[in-house]
Amino acid sequence: MSKMSAMGSTGREHTNREYEQELRRLREQILSMGAKVEESIISSIRALTERDTALAERTIAMDRQINQMEIDIDGLCLQILARRQPVASDLRFITMALKLVTDLERIGDLGVNMCERVVELNQEPPLKPYVDLPVMAEETQRMLHDALDAFVAGDAEAAHRVIERDTTIDAYYSQIFRELLTYMMEDVRNIYRATRLQSIAKYLERIGDHATNLAEMVVFMVKGQDIRHAGKLSVPRQGQG
Amino acid sequence: MIVRRWRGRVGDAALVISTGAATLLVLLILAILVIDVVRGGSARLSWGFLTKAPTEGMTAGGVFPAIFGTVAMVILMTIAVVPAGVATAIYLHEYADRQAPLTRIIRIAVNNLAGVPSIVFGLFGLGFFIQFVGGGIDKVFFGGSKVLGQPALLWASLTMAVLTLPVVIVATEEALRSVPRELREASLALGATKFQTVLNVVLPQATPGIMTGTILAISRGAGEVAPILFTGAAYYLPQLPWYPNSQFMHLGYHVYVLATQSPDVDAAKPLLYSTVLVLLAVTFVLNLSAFVVRSRMRHRFAGASS
Amino acid sequence: MSTAPAVDNARPKLTVKDLCVFYGSKKALGPVSMEIPEKRVTALIGPSGCGKSTFLRSLNRMNELIPACRMEGSVTLDEQAIYGPGTDAVMVRRRIGMVFQRSNPFPKSIFENVAYGLRIGGMGNGSDLSGRVERALRQSALWEEVKDRLNESALGMSGGQQQRLCIARALAVEPEVLLMDEPASALDPIATAHIEELINELSDGYTVVIVTHNMQQAARVSDYTAFFYMGDLIEVANTQVLFTKPSQSRTEDYITGRFG
Repeated sequence: MSKMSAMGSTGREHTNREYEQELRRLREQILSMGAKVEESIISSIRALTERDTALAERTIAMDRQINQMEIDIDGLCLQILARRQPVASDLRFITMALKLVTDLERIGDLGVNMCERVVELNQEPPLKPYVDLPVMAEETQRMLHDALDAFVAGDAEAAHRVIERDTTIDAYYSQIFRELLTYMMEDVRNIYRATRLQSIAKYLERIGDHATNLAEMVVFMVKGQDIRHAGKLSVPRQGQG
Repeated sequence: MIVRRWRGRVGDAALVISTGAATLLVLLILAILVIDVVRGGSARLSWGFLTKAPTEGMTAGGVFPAIFGTVAMVILMTIAVVPAGVATAIYLHEYADRQAPLTRIIRIAVNNLAGVPSIVFGLFGLGFFIQFVGGGIDKVFFGGSKVLGQPALLWASLTMAVLTLPVVIVATEEALRSVPRELREASLALGATKFQTVLNVVLPQATPGIMTGTILAISRGAGEVAPILFTGAAYYLPQLPWYPNSQFMHLGYHVYVLATQSPDVDAAKPLLYSTVLVLLAVTFVLNLSAFVVRSRMRHRFAGASS
Repeated sequence: MSTAPAVDNARPKLTVKDLCVFYGSKKALGPVSMEIPEKRVTALIGPSGCGKSTFLRSLNRMNELIPACRMEGSVTLDEQAIYGPGTDAVMVRRRIGMVFQRSNPFPKSIFENVAYGLRIGGMGNGSDLSGRVERALRQSALWEEVKDRLNESALGMSGGQQQRLCIARALAVEPEVLLMDEPASALDPIATAHIEELINELSDGYTVVIVTHNMQQAARVSDYTAFFYMGDLIEVANTQVLFTKPSQSRTEDYITGRFG
């Protein structure tokens, strides 16, 4: 993890030390939740490639911790909102933190879903050598990692680069899906395993979308620009501040 | 810790005792004075004493003309000094530029005026009011005959007014200062001119303080004798001073003459005591009336701003 | 230095250009240029001693009451210069009213307090006068509470009521602009809430400029906020923008509590 920098635009600290510590604690908790979620993605794919059902089951159990962290972080945000009446950058940080952990928790759930498919797959012989899925998973995990790094560093440019990589993830998914389709059309006995694999790929693609959301939130936090749903709004966005 | 608290308590007690003793001492002196006067003077006191003119060369009759003269002089003095003093104070406090040399000169003059001995005021009254102003008016309007250029109630009152002027100015300025700035600002912020503010907000609020100044002036005016020695007081003048250019009898002056220039001291003594008693009573009544007026005004502005 | 963005078509009621205020030789404020939009609430915030009260008092020529005070620059009300050889401070103050930090009712009756400005302006007793007094008291949400005791002394009212009385007094002369210098700082939270509600209602008919050291109040009450620091205007913007996304780092630091 790169070093922490304060979220304030001038890097100065709050006059109220308790407040400063609360914000720091919030950042730390978000990052450790992010680390846990990344680990769950990595473990899920390893459980697949190494056919390690025990790992998959451990990963599913770890999701409890991720859920607990979401609740803890939400509680901390609520407390800060009530007590500190944050404004400006602090306000953007707190409100985005609330949404960020929701996305992280969904990623965690998707990791659980992946592990459940892995458990099912490991009870059958492997359909094919797993080549593309691990690459896609690594790319997805790296996206998440970079989004969290951008969050820590307050780097909007890095966040933008993460957003651009979403198209790559979508491309991977299309490619894997097409390949699995051919397997399914070849032999009906492949369908069970192929659909499981396609589900895993779908989950990874959704993880990519969540990572993109995170990156958009980082941009809003840093620059105050809400860039979500680009091109899909009913009223075209005016230049905001 | 215990020792220090004990020392504090002793200090408290010492303070209470010493200040209490000083107060008692003052009251004691006042009591002795009043009791002596009442004892000596009540013998000759009667309704006739208070309402009749003196007869038989000041050894019989009453002191009514002196009472009348004293009160008349005080009233004229008040009419002269209050407007002049209040106006000066208003100018100094509300309008004058604090740094200007003229303002400083005026203040110095007021302060020094307060320190001038009262006998000097008497001479001033004689020289300025009687000879210069009065004589001048006589020359211009009366062709030289002595109408106003002589000792008179008018000049004595004006001389007293000059004497008590600093008191009124200072008391008024204090009163103006005590009107909080916020009230003035509120008035000005509503679009009032300075004059309107002074008239409608400052003066009403300052009136009790101005009354205090007036009370002080009256007290001094009723009691001082030196300034009226040459400017209008007379010893034996049974007629009342109906015209402003007549002389008048005055209680304080009467006491002075009785005490120092009586042909028969022993016969005059009871008369003296009675006159003093009346003088004290008159002063007391004048003060009391002013107090009552002031406290009525204070009630009207009850709950004055914090 | 920035000028208020005309984001919502409000035209400027007051225009300040290069305003500087000196106390003796010391410069307390400026140069400041900004526009105060009409029929909106503009809040002035900043740490103690930043010049916001000095700025406010320049708008109705109350700074002239301070002996060593000197001004440069211009302030115009509807295109008319407020300072200058032809203008009368008294007339300016009839169009631009002021409410102070600590309520300062006159030691007169409630009715006379509100009527003071009108009487000063030459209005005599009559239905006109009592009508205006009633309207002003209604506008400041006091009428129901005091209509039966208009002749009682104003000093018997609570702090919050006294401040509303001072607002009514200022409104009675029907100014176009109302300046408020920390009007609720001496009041308890409920009285403060009343005053804030009042400010909301007043902004329909009046241009309001309010100095406050309470940032949450500025955020609640105003349409535009101007941030002053050490005698300079740092930033002025739509309140919502200033409190979510200020453009100057000093503004950001102040409103988030990183200093001051």
